[in-house]
Amino acid sequence: MTGTAWATIAGCTVVTALIKAIGPVAFGGRDLPARFRGVVVLLAPALLAALIVASALADGKDLQVGEDTAGVAVAGIALWRGASVLVGVGIAAGVTAGLRLLT
Amino acid sequence: MSNPAFRAGIRAGVPFALAGFLLSLSFGVLARDAGFPAAAAIAMSLIVFAGSAQFAAVSILAAGGGVGAAVGAAALMNARFLPMGVALAPSLPGPAWWRALQGQTVVDSSWALSNNGDGTFDRSFLFGCSGIQYVTWALGTVAGVASGDVIGDPAALGLDAIYPAFFLAILIAELRAERNGGALAPRVAAGGALLALVLIPVTPPGVPVLAASVVALVGLRESRPAGPPDREVAIGETVR
Repeated sequence: MTGTAWATIAGCTVVTALIKAIGPVAFGGRDLPARFRGVVVLLAPALLAALIVASALADGKDLQVGEDTAGVAVAGIALWRGASVLVGVGIAAGVTAGLRLLT
Repeated sequence: MSNPAFRAGIRAGVPFALAGFLLSLSFGVLARDAGFPAAAAIAMSLIVFAGSAQFAAVSILAAGGGVGAAVGAAALMNARFLPMGVALAPSLPGPAWWRALQGQTVVDSSWALSNNGDGTFDRSFLFGCSGIQYVTWALGTVAGVASGDVIGDPAALGLDAIYPAFFLAILIAELRAERNGGALAPRVAAGGALLALVLIPVTPPGVPVLAASVVALVGLRESRPAGPPDREVAIGETVR
């Protein structure tokens, strides 16, 4: 596994660096056209919402509702009501762990 | 780099850094369970510094997959940094190699929080916010590698629920900040979530998130009527 691990790390390093560099290299050094500003502003909600769905519900290509989904849902209510990030993630982990203990 | 925006970025990044510590702790445990040498697990966090890609790659190796599949999955998980980098580009000064280097500092929360709401980003804030998260990401991995036997199965502790809750906290902060897209932002978030949900069963992991960025293109329609005199008006003002 040692060789495989290091080869994977090397590969991940290269692809991550390339992906993060492409935008700044290709589109840097000039102002964004005004009509694209609205798109930039809305990228965050679109990407974050998709990340939440993917990390809470997807197991590979399967959609699964499990204890972690319930934990995240309860955390979402707490966060929406003003809980801090740490309290939110603590609730998510706590509820998930509690439900797994019971089931 | 001791300017106020950098320090504000560090302060804003602290809660995410603490949550990140728990995430990278579970990464350390997972990597050791997958057979990674301790030094390799720590090096991956230090060099790659991209949580979802690290989890994806190591999970594939643990399931018996090869290096190509692991790196491919990591690339797809990181694909969302493409549109993020394009959006950030005009806010990064200097020659191409320097912009490429600055672009490496992007992580989800720092990218979202350093958005000024007018299409530009505060790069000092971004560096501070990412910097503090880099430190705890590395420390958490060390802790996970060192204490794997004590921690046992991270899933039993619910640590896998931290990631979505982490992103949820960033999203809610985004939606609360009216500067960021105004009334349109919740609808775009719902659209992104729905598109991801539809694509998860039919595309490889990572693709649904990248595809969701297309939903943000509705911002084109909203900003088009704004002529030159209105360009300084925040987008949240124009759509409200």
